[in-house]
Amino acid sequence: MYIIIVGGDEVGSRLGKELLANGHEVLVIERNAERCDHLADELGSVSLCGDGCEMAVLTKAGIARAGMFIAVTHEDDDNLAACQIAKQKFNVPRVIAKINSPKNEHIFAKLGIEHTVDVVGLVLEHIKEQAGISPLIRLLSLKDEGVEIVLLRVTRDLPIVGKPIKELPLDYAASSLLLRQEQMPMVCTPDTVLETGDQFVFLIPSKNIELLRASLVGASPGGEQ
Amino acid sequence: MNVIIMGCGRVGAELAHLLDAEGHKVTILDADTKNLERLPSDFGGIALAGDAADEDVLKKAGIAEADAFVAVTRDDDRNAMAAQIAKQIFDVPKVVCRIYDPLREEFYKSLGLEAISPTSLFARLIKEKLGD
Repeated sequence: MYIIIVGGDEVGSRLGKELLANGHEVLVIERNAERCDHLADELGSVSLCGDGCEMAVLTKAGIARAGMFIAVTHEDDDNLAACQIAKQKFNVPRVIAKINSPKNEHIFAKLGIEHTVDVVGLVLEHIKEQAGISPLIRLLSLKDEGVEIVLLRVTRDLPIVGKPIKELPLDYAASSLLLRQEQMPMVCTPDTVLETGDQFVFLIPSKNIELLRASLVGASPGGEQ
Repeated sequence: MNVIIMGCGRVGAELAHLLDAEGHKVTILDADTKNLERLPSDFGGIALAGDAADEDVLKKAGIAEADAFVAVTRDDDRNAMAAQIAKQIFDVPKVVCRIYDPLREEFYKSLGLEAISPTSLFARLIKEKLGD
């Protein structure tokens, strides 16, 4: 597939390299000339120096035959502009934008760019988990379905220890999976009781994530009688 | 009319001054506070430091009550994004943005934005003058 990437920093160049290794035809568009030279050294002749939001540059890049378009610059307005042009002007079938400010996610969706990746948010999530700040790791976000797959590491200080999983705002308790030390992974029921050391993988409606976070920090989960 | 202007360059500052002098309620934003010094000393509107391609900044500027929003920073993409936020998220009745790139002016017009390209506008004007 022919894939155009706008933005040639760490994310753009690594993505380009991997897609090339997977046999795709790739073009990385980068505005900064110095960065462009660097890309040419790193990836070979698959970079174009120019503004990936400019119609003329995109036309030169052959955007009309692109199967996928990915914008990963540091500026949300640039990523939005590039993706809107790719999708609405050139009908590229799959368009993905990196968002740098998480609050722009709903704006992108409203403006027709549904597939966004909050790269910084993902990094923070993993750092917090490694640092032991958050017991929750969001493994995958299925935006079209409005659900997320999340891993909870049950540590002894969590209020949910010794309680059944139905006390968490999950909605799909019966499709969750429990990894308990020295046991085979098991499918849960709403009455499965969590123990310290458990690793609990579950589906949750995206809108319930904050509620879940609150129920994990508060000594007494709010909202209940 | 209650107007919010984003970008206090020459055009933004002049527009703010004109509308203010006519008695409109004007709020002008610029990410660089130095640019706000362009406003005349008798400017009666509100001048705010902040980037208007940011939903929270727009809320602070009172976008929910605005009758009109104008985006005239030097950055096409920023203008387009802010204008679309004003129009699609906050339903501001009248939204105008400056887009230097004539090709993108056409594109944003096709999305329903009122986009003005000074580039093509001046080129046309100058061509007319030459024809006199």
